[in-house]
Amino acid sequence: MAEVVFFLAALGALAGAVGTVTLRNPFYSVLALVAHLLSLALLFLLLRAEFVAAAQVVVYAGAVMVLYMFVVAYVGGTDIQVGPVNSRVTTAGAILFGLVLFVELTIAILGTGLKALGTEGVGIGADGVARAGDAGFGTPEQIGELLLTKFLLPFEIASFLLLIAAVGAVTLARRRGGLGDPSGTTITPLDLVRPRSTGTMAEGVGGRRRITTQEQERDGVEAGVIDSGLNEASEEQ
Amino acid sequence: MAIEWYLVVSALVFSIGAGGVMTRRNPLVILLCLELMLNSANLALIAFSRMYGNADGQIFAIVVMVVAACEVTIGLGVIVAMYRRRLPIDVDELRELQG
Repeated sequence: MAEVVFFLAALGALAGAVGTVTLRNPFYSVLALVAHLLSLALLFLLLRAEFVAAAQVVVYAGAVMVLYMFVVAYVGGTDIQVGPVNSRVTTAGAILFGLVLFVELTIAILGTGLKALGTEGVGIGADGVARAGDAGFGTPEQIGELLLTKFLLPFEIASFLLLIAAVGAVTLARRRGGLGDPSGTTITPLDLVRPRSTGTMAEGVGGRRRITTQEQERDGVEAGVIDSGLNEASEEQ
Repeated sequence: MAIEWYLVVSALVFSIGAGGVMTRRNPLVILLCLELMLNSANLALIAFSRMYGNADGQIFAIVVMVVAACEVTIGLGVIVAMYRRRLPIDVDELRELQG
């Protein structure tokens, strides 16, 4: 039985991988990768890693792929028209998929995970030696115990890394010229080096932009156009 | 199920992902193929963790998932910023990270 499930999951993983690489539409590639991640979660379950399998489904296929889906819908690439929007087949398929996901999560929760909690059964400890009273292999209890005792420093560094990534994403996606200081009296160190209206990314890539009236009033800059100077260099060639 | 089967699947998925990274031009799909490679490494880690009965491999796999999520966040932020600047979403056109 385990061999049958292994071959099904391995085929699903390979088909999802091939689909991710070969499909032309990036939307379909994301869907193929979701199928690949779910097959991989099944392989993790076969390897007695039930917490990692649940984390894979919830975090990877659930959150990261949804993020990808949003960005693919925004940015695109080739045409992203998937099919008829309110088809009954897709609705029925979505409900069936939700039921299957619920059954899988229930099995993961009510499986060997709960059996090992609070019993004195034999488990495989953190050093590989089986002894009574340890948490079962791959259960959330053992993962939690390891994360908080032996791997505390990597755990804290990983949370710090998540904070850095979140701040970086906000910095990359923000717009320049947001909420300014209404009185205009605060001075940042960058103001000593360059004028307040310059230094945008658009100027850096060679764009030119008109000075807004807000900047004329606030900074006293004359009306005109800010140019990065790269356009003259390209016109010379 | 012998452990070699899982390692073979991991190696296959890794090479498919590597081929995809080198072949595709859309940076979104390149990031997806990168995810394939990370997942194959996760599978190998979990397989070895099961072989030795040591749960350290599973902790490693969880940390790899965290790092992959962070990298996806920043990569997608860069792609969205590129799109906002009206630059072509094509890695053959964009060879320099400037501005």
